[in-house]
Amino acid sequence: MPDPAKRELRILRYQPGVDAAPAFGTFWVENAENLSVLEALQSIKDTLDGSLAFRWSCRMAVCGSCGMMINGAPKLACSTLLRDLPPGPVTVEPLNNFPIERDLVISVGGFVKKIESIYPYIIPKEPRTIAQGPYLQTPAQLAAYESFSDCINCMLCYAACPQFGENPDFIGPGAMALLQRYNGDSRDAGRQKRLDAIHGEDGVWSCTAVGICSEVCPKSVDPANAVNQNKTNSAFDFFLRFLRKE
Amino acid sequence: MSGPARDNPRSISPIFWLLFGAGGMVSALFGPALILITGLLAPTGTGIPESFLSYDHALAFARNPIGKLVLLAVIALFFWHGAERLFLTLKDMKAGPSLVLKLGTYGVAAAVTLATIGLLLAIGF
Ligand code: SF4
Ligand code: FES
Repeated sequence: MPDPAKRELRILRYQPGVDAAPAFGTFWVENAENLSVLEALQSIKDTLDGSLAFRWSCRMAVCGSCGMMINGAPKLACSTLLRDLPPGPVTVEPLNNFPIERDLVISVGGFVKKIESIYPYIIPKEPRTIAQGPYLQTPAQLAAYESFSDCINCMLCYAACPQFGENPDFIGPGAMALLQRYNGDSRDAGRQKRLDAIHGEDGVWSCTAVGICSEVCPKSVDPANAVNQNKTNSAFDFFLRFLRKE
Repeated sequence: MSGPARDNPRSISPIFWLLFGAGGMVSALFGPALILITGLLAPTGTGIPESFLSYDHALAFARNPIGKLVLLAVIALFFWHGAERLFLTLKDMKAGPSLVLKLGTYGVAAAVTLATIGLLLAIGF
């Protein structure tokens, strides 16, 4: 019987400019049945190899920093428990489809630019003074966008998306979920600007409806639904623009 | 990347996507029933009048303006639906240069659409 308290982790290590190519390093962690993958990485960093690089912050599936490939699937390391993984060694790699910065840390610059490109803030319909009080919303108006506001920018959907893998310029599922979060908000008036930002080949039209983004999303955001809604919106915009007064 | 700061030309994909969507809707609604009626029930004479698939019946249907529209919608939209799905699949498989794939899928759908329109007009009213 293998000892359930000990677990082997195979971690992809890479330091660009120093290592010729990424290669796996093997570590054994103690007390494995009580650890999340993130805690296992922390224990390795604390006791075995202080140079191991990975991102984390909240430890509770809220900040979106700890996304990585665990046994080949994109997961949050903090909410993946070693005891829930099949017996045998656990492979841990940086998120697919992104350049490696170091070990399990990937470059997020391209993703942040995409988020910025869709105006990720409310563009108010009318300016309001403090004296006028807060904007009011009915529960139905909140429900129209609330699930999309659950996105934690973890990029797991990007690691799963084959179209993003093919075309790193594709705006991708997470940014589309965020776009829908604002376009669906009754206080917002930025819909046309955002539709203009995604009407190109690298915008919403790179999606071929694979749907795996929604399967891997740890917050049940359903980014595929956001993409689909915006294909419809962008398609109508394609024809309706001729009727629109600019 | 698309974005306000970049030159961001509009894609013409919506045209194909809407034809794809319309074809998906039509084929989901009518495809199975059509296969059942014209492929199984009518040829075996099950529960359907014998004259149903006769030449005279079919010709009368194809000469009726509404019948023409139905035939065009069913034939052309089915093809546009299949063309889009096939094109995307072949593109993902990197089966060939984009232009060749487009001709082999959208091109076929366009040719079938034009041929259908031509035949429906030639058949007369
Ligand atoms: S949509 Fe889901 S998987 Fe994608 S970045 Fe947001 S939370 Fe992560
Ligand atoms: S550490 Fe914040 S989501 Fe995992």
